[in-house]
Amino acid sequence: MTAISAKPKVQAEPAKRVQFDNALLPWLFLLPQLAVIVVFFYWPSVQAVQSSFFIEDPFGFGSTFVGMANYADALASREYRRIASFTAVFTVLVTFLSLAIGLLLAVKADAVIRGASAYKTLLISVYAIAPPVAGLIGMMFFDMHIGPFVQMAAWFGWNMQVGLNYFDTAFAMVFVSVWKQIPYNFIFFLSGLQAVPVSVREAAFIDCKNGWRRFRTVTLPLLMPTAFFLLIINITYALFDTFGIIDVMVKDKPANNPITLVYKVYNDGFRGNDLGGSSAQSVILMVVVFALTIVQFRFLEKRIHYG
Amino acid sequence: MASIAIENVVKTYAGGNTAVHGVSIDIKDGEFIVLVGPSGCGKSTLLRMVAGLEPISGGEVRIGDRRVNDLDPADRDIAMVFQNYALYPHMTVRENLAYGLKNRKTPKAEIEARVAEAARMLEIGQYLDRKPRALSGGQRQRVAMGRAIVRKPAAFLFDEPLSNLDAKLRVTMRAEIRKLQKRLGTTSIYVTHDQLEAMTLADRLVVLNAGRIEQIGAPLEIYHKPASTFVASFIGSPAMNLVDARAEGGMLWFGGVSVPLKGAQGPVTLGLRAEDLRLAAPGEAAVQLRIEHVEELGAQRLVHGMFEDQSLTIALSPDVPLSDVVPVALPRERLHLFDAVSGKRIEARAPVFA
Ligand SMILES: Nc1ncnc2c1ncn2[C@@H]1O[C@H](COP(=O)(O)OP(=O)(O)OP(=O)(O)O)[C@@H](O)[C@H]1O
Ligand SMILES: [Mg+2]
Repeated sequence: MTAISAKPKVQAEPAKRVQFDNALLPWLFLLPQLAVIVVFFYWPSVQAVQSSFFIEDPFGFGSTFVGMANYADALASREYRRIASFTAVFTVLVTFLSLAIGLLLAVKADAVIRGASAYKTLLISVYAIAPPVAGLIGMMFFDMHIGPFVQMAAWFGWNMQVGLNYFDTAFAMVFVSVWKQIPYNFIFFLSGLQAVPVSVREAAFIDCKNGWRRFRTVTLPLLMPTAFFLLIINITYALFDTFGIIDVMVKDKPANNPITLVYKVYNDGFRGNDLGGSSAQSVILMVVVFALTIVQFRFLEKRIHYG
Repeated sequence: MASIAIENVVKTYAGGNTAVHGVSIDIKDGEFIVLVGPSGCGKSTLLRMVAGLEPISGGEVRIGDRRVNDLDPADRDIAMVFQNYALYPHMTVRENLAYGLKNRKTPKAEIEARVAEAARMLEIGQYLDRKPRALSGGQRQRVAMGRAIVRKPAAFLFDEPLSNLDAKLRVTMRAEIRKLQKRLGTTSIYVTHDQLEAMTLADRLVVLNAGRIEQIGAPLEIYHKPASTFVASFIGSPAMNLVDARAEGGMLWFGGVSVPLKGAQGPVTLGLRAEDLRLAAPGEAAVQLRIEHVEELGAQRLVHGMFEDQSLTIALSPDVPLSDVVPVALPRERLHLFDAVSGKRIEARAPVFA
């Protein structure tokens, strides 16, 4: 929590130095963590990069080296570009909406619970259990038969067909993805807000009458470390962790549905058995995420105040 | 610049806890008022009600000729200096100073001029482009002061602004605050629990006890005529000795010594300042004080002793020779009498001797 709260510097305690007699011992302690990283990250990445240069025989008898052909195919494909654009729009929408709504709710909650810490714990614990449940509830909203959202849309003459109509499906995807991520953002924003010292807020009260302006010029800048952290988390979420939501909505449905790049990687690799193409796509995705992260750290973090 | 009227102000917190019980203070334009009292007596609460940071439960606060009960803090024309400075951590010193002015749509040139002037007065010119975290505690305190003075408000409100500084810096800053306030002539309310700070800064002192005013007056007036045992023990260091005595037939009796005194009868509490007590001359009537321990302060020495079951502290010059039991003379003109039950001061006079 320290890393995202507004003033890590103040809270940081002097580093505790532990001396090991045996030089091997620290590595031993690190081993489980390293093993997890190697098994679940490096090894698959290397595998992916490797297989992206090959075309797998459809029947599983060996593979042929094709160089960059898989990449060229992917990037040249119109379908790929269409899905890439949808992914971009989807990611921007989900990230922006879930951050904005999470922040809005946190600000409202913060005003209510200031000082009442029992209330705060209660509220936070409720929200901490919520995301998986929220995901499920969100899905149910759009159920063709019992979904209340579908029924409500029907009152306004909107015949919602999630899984059949491209726009409706996209709408539901964004809605449920945002819905699921809000609690998470809410908790972090709320604790970020609570970390803004009371006296600084009060000084701002005396210096600035306008509440919105006060929020923009004092609270928000102090919240930026939290927001930056959440921005990265939310982009990653929108790109990758929405897989389950998309899967539920488009699985076993006609082909004309919006999907994201990650889902296409899965589709091509495991449904279409095009392991090489799918690997190439996932490598592209990896590069994009890597680039995004670099950009964020280089350009955004510089403008952020770490108390 | 303006006068401030605090009239029967009451604060009851949401839980039903009343922190301030009907306090009234009339503050003249340009006056430096210090609110002093033990922790939890409601000093901050009172100050924050004047600032507008805490809603007023009852009574009225007027700044100048405006009733401010329902005004936003930003509209009350006050500036506040907080104990932990409360600087905006993400702004430079310059932006910190300019922030309040910018929000009030002050012209740019004017802001610059005022910031420059404040920076000069407080000698913080070379830090203007630093962030607060790159400043020492004393420098932050100056910036906090600067943020208050650039606004040229009707009143300064200080809530223990010096208590996070070391002892030496506190003394310097104290003098500086006083000088600055004199020069600007801005009405000020200053909260502290440090009675020395209170004595040295105040035009008038307000001693609070459990949400009520115990006494209002000039520092020396309060020092010489404390209105109650509470004030007597709170103002002055070391604290005034308070001992049980008896008044009978125009005489006050304590420790076998009697002094003629009119205006009291029965058991009373006798107040004796350590610095008013001296060793008795040979043959003079004296209280025989058994010495328990001695504190050497350099310039003087505090001698703590017991007479029967009552403790007494006297301040002596370091070169006075001491034995186990010393005779202490009562200062006839410097006796303070308080009601033994209510603790209120009794105005008693020593008859004039020929
Ligand atoms: N928000 C609050 N809710 C309920 N009671 C409060 C609240 N704030 C303060 N109090 C109570 O009001 C009383 C006065 O508090 P206040 O902060 O004014 O004391 P103070 O004189 O400034 O003390 P200190 O010297 O320790 O700062 C205390 O008993 C305190 O417990
Ligand atoms: Mg206080």
